[in-house]
Parts: sequence; structure tokens; C-alpha cells
Amino acid sequence: MNPVNYLYLAALLFTIGATGVLIRRNAIVVFMCIELMLNACNLAFVAFSRMHGNLDGQIIAFFTMVVAAAEVVVGLAIIVSLFRTRHSASVDDASLMKL
Amino acid sequence: MTATLAAYTTSTGEAFQFWVLGTIAVIGALCTVFMKKAVHSALCLAGTMIVLAVFYLANGAYFLGIVQIVVYTGAIMMLFLFVVMLVGVTAADSLKETIKGQRWLALLCGLGFGILLLAGIANASLKDFAGIGKANAGGNVEGLASLIFTKYVYAFELTGALLITAAVGAMVLTHRERTERARTQRELSEQRVREGRYVPPLPAPGVYARHNAVDIAGLLPDGTPSELTVSRTLRERGQIRDVSAEALNDLKALEQRAAERLGRTEIPATFKRTEEASQ
Repeated sequence: MNPVNYLYLAALLFTIGATGVLIRRNAIVVFMCIELMLNACNLAFVAFSRMHGNLDGQIIAFFTMVVAAAEVVVGLAIIVSLFRTRHSASVDDASLMKL
Repeated sequence: MTATLAAYTTSTGEAFQFWVLGTIAVIGALCTVFMKKAVHSALCLAGTMIVLAVFYLANGAYFLGIVQIVVYTGAIMMLFLFVVMLVGVTAADSLKETIKGQRWLALLCGLGFGILLLAGIANASLKDFAGIGKANAGGNVEGLASLIFTKYVYAFELTGALLITAAVGAMVLTHRERTERARTQRELSEQRVREGRYVPPLPAPGVYARHNAVDIAGLLPDGTPSELTVSRTLRERGQIRDVSAEALNDLKALEQRAAERLGRTEIPATFKRTEEASQ
């Protein structure tokens, strides 16, 4: 098997995640799809690290994980506070700033 | 020539693992997108993440594989599940489209994007394949540590600042200051009497001999279930089990059996024949 297949898998997962972000309207599921996209990127980084034979790709994936953890914490806090004020987790309902 | 080719391909075992687990990962990702309930999406995503952890291990990223399991499936997905639990009441998506044709346009965009991405990878010249063996020679964790604390030390320090900011931000966003005093029990009971509705405590949920679970509504004298007896959370989620018909059927069956026993109906043919035989 060619290790480029890992890149194809990462691209496929990223595409599925992006489609999910566009399709779904539940804010939590949209957030999960974003996590899926981040994970797909990590897989690509790790595969590249193996192809090039150095560890820089793994370091980048590590930093992505840290940033993803911080992002999830803040994002979920925003969803919880939105839900408290609007009693809905749908992204279509959050149109308070629309004219 | 054969040596470079051998270095360029992986072992058969890894190929097998890739095709089996890759299928599972893609199915999990699709389920994440298309499952109707957020809980199911979260569980499918957790499965995909575990598969990705196995792929990291197979690619020689031992530290990242373990971190993936501990941080992603252990911490982040559980955080997701907690929030689904908090927000759970309306977690199921409404299937009504608010923007006409948005779903098909989104699918089309996704398809186009995927083709673009896959074609880009297919056209890229990914000819050199070094393998991770040499970089991992002194140990994967040691190699990562020496890079993090030398070349990427500033990024690492900034990560600490980011994490602290995120923690403080989450606390600020979810903390709610109580603006008014909590009402005492006396005030609540006085308010109930003043309003004149439900002065006594609310009725208890189903109290039949066979069903006393909290999600079963108690029956009114005429046999209809009373919404008042079930907790408001369950009512909003639509998780009330209605057993009123079941209870009525049970009663009917019981009455019929009693009538048979008391001889109010004609005895079935089988019984009659045995009686005749005994005589």
C-alpha cells in the first residue's frame, strides 16, 4: 500500500466534515464536524511526517490538538450561554444581529 | 530500484489495517454528519477518533496516538456529551429547511471540494518517502521533546497562554451571577396559595402495581393520563410513556379470566370434552 492513501483518507474525512458544517444546523453537531476536520488535518500532518522522515509534522499535529482543546472549551461555553438565553441550539435561530 | 520500491510501500498487514479501519473511519464520519440525534453523532465521532489514533500509532507517532485517545476521546468527546446532556432537550434537529435548496447546494459544494482536494493530492509529486524509522531512532517522545523545547519553544510557551485564556474565557462565559435573591420556601408557598392553582403538591407519577417509573403518567379517574404527574423535563423531551391503554387491556383480560373462572361464560369445547370423558 502506498502511504499516500493516508492523505486520501484525510482529504475524504475533511470533506465529510466540511459538508457536515454546511448541512447541519444544530450548533453542537456543527462543532463536532469542525473537530472532524481538525482530526483529518492531523492525520495528514502525521502521514507527511512519516513521508519526510522528520518529526516536525507531529509537532504541528500536537499544537493543533492543543488549540483544538482550547477551541472546544470556549466554543461549548458559547453554545451553553446561547442556549441559556435563546433556549435553542440551532444556528439558524441565532440571528439577533440581523436587521 | 526494488529497495526504493520496498521503502515506498508499507507492509501487507498495515495495508489490511488501513482498508478495514479506514472504512470504519469514513462510516463513522458519515454517521456523525447524518445521525439525527446529537448523542449518536458524538458517539460516532468518538469511534472515528479512536480509529485515527490507531492510524497515528501505525504511522510511528506513538505519543500522538496516546494523546489522541486521552485528550480527544477521553476529554473532548466527554465534554461534548456533557453539553449535549445540558442542551439535550431540543438536541434533535428540525428537518425543515429554512433556506430553500440549501442541503443540495451544500452537498454539491462538498462534492466539488472533495474532488478538488483528492485531485490535488493525486497530482502532487509525492515521490520521496523516507519513513519515520530514523527520526524515531532515539525514541518518539524524546524526539518530540527535544524539538518542542528547542525549535518550537516560543510556540509552546504561547500554548500555555492560550490554554489559560481559554479556561478563563469558558468560566466567564458560563458563569451566571444571581441578580435576585432566591425565594424561600415560605414565599413560594404563599405565591402558590395566592395564585390558587395546585395549592397541594403535584400528584405523583404512575402508581399502578406494575408501573411506578417516573416517566409514566398517572391516570385520572376516567383512564386518561395526566400530564401534571410527570416532571417538566421529561414532558419537554417527549419521553412520557403512555400505558393507559395497556392498563385498560390488562383490566379487560383480568375481568374475562375472572368471568371464566366463575362460570359466567360457556365452558370452552376442550374442557367440556375432558369432563365428559371423566364421567
